[in-house]
Amino acid sequence: MRYETTGRHLLRARDLADSRYTDPLTVDDLAAAAGLSRAHFSREFRQAFGESPHGYLLTRRLERAAAMLRNTDQSVAEICFSVGLRSVGSFTSSFTRTYGRSPTAYRASFPPAINLALVPTCALRAYTRPQRRTFGEDSAPTPD
Amino acid sequence: MMKIASMQVWVTDQQHALEFYTQKVGLEVRVDVTVPELGNFRWLTVAPPGQEDVAIVLMLIPSPPIFEAETIEHIKATMERGVSGGVFLTTEDIHADFARMKGAGVEFVEEPEERPYGIDCGFRDPFGNHIRLSQLNDLARPS
Repeated sequence: MRYETTGRHLLRARDLADSRYTDPLTVDDLAAAAGLSRAHFSREFRQAFGESPHGYLLTRRLERAAAMLRNTDQSVAEICFSVGLRSVGSFTSSFTRTYGRSPTAYRASFPPAINLALVPTCALRAYTRPQRRTFGEDSAPTPD
Repeated sequence: MMKIASMQVWVTDQQHALEFYTQKVGLEVRVDVTVPELGNFRWLTVAPPGQEDVAIVLMLIPSPPIFEAETIEHIKATMERGVSGGVFLTTEDIHADFARMKGAGVEFVEEPEERPYGIDCGFRDPFGNHIRLSQLNDLARPS
């Protein structure tokens, strides 16, 4: 008979938070993955990992959001939704509480993400090349 | 010391590519910036969570006059024939990844199969790029 400890169930739930946080995952989903009631799950999770499952999931989402604020020019709303959160207002409040600055201010405190675009000189030349194909040097005198 | 920073795959729609590689394959966006001065050129890279130093560039085939029409058609033809080059991914649990991705609608050309080096499968992105996913055995892992 296969025997799994509660710890293994809790780890499964934590792994779910780590891998699927971009989905609209809730603590209830994590509790279901662990096969425990929500209250029991929350107690056991906090005891095993030192924080509440809600806190763990939120932290995973905020970490990812912070990386995207630093490394992309996606809007705050786009980032909020892409990390599995549904309310821009709540996201902004949670982010500000955690990082001490609003998402916008946090982004502004880093060099622009555009610096991370590895656009080599050959591409720069191609994209900024003037479109005029001739400067008149090939024009021949018109026949009479 | 040189290191590989990124490798490129051609795509014809970067937003669609981003959705595919993040929502279906499970990669994360690394860098996503648009450069207005270069005709809104978009530098878009994705990579597996936890692998910070290498990324895949989802590169839009440039329109004329950057690439000529004939060049664009050649690239597209190569992609549509599935021979435009590919990406090799590894995983610790191929069966779980296969089940998840197949459930998300990823088009597999080969289901997981035992190979001398482990278990291997293959899928295509929406543009025809061929991606291999392998779970390596101890004999195949670099030492």
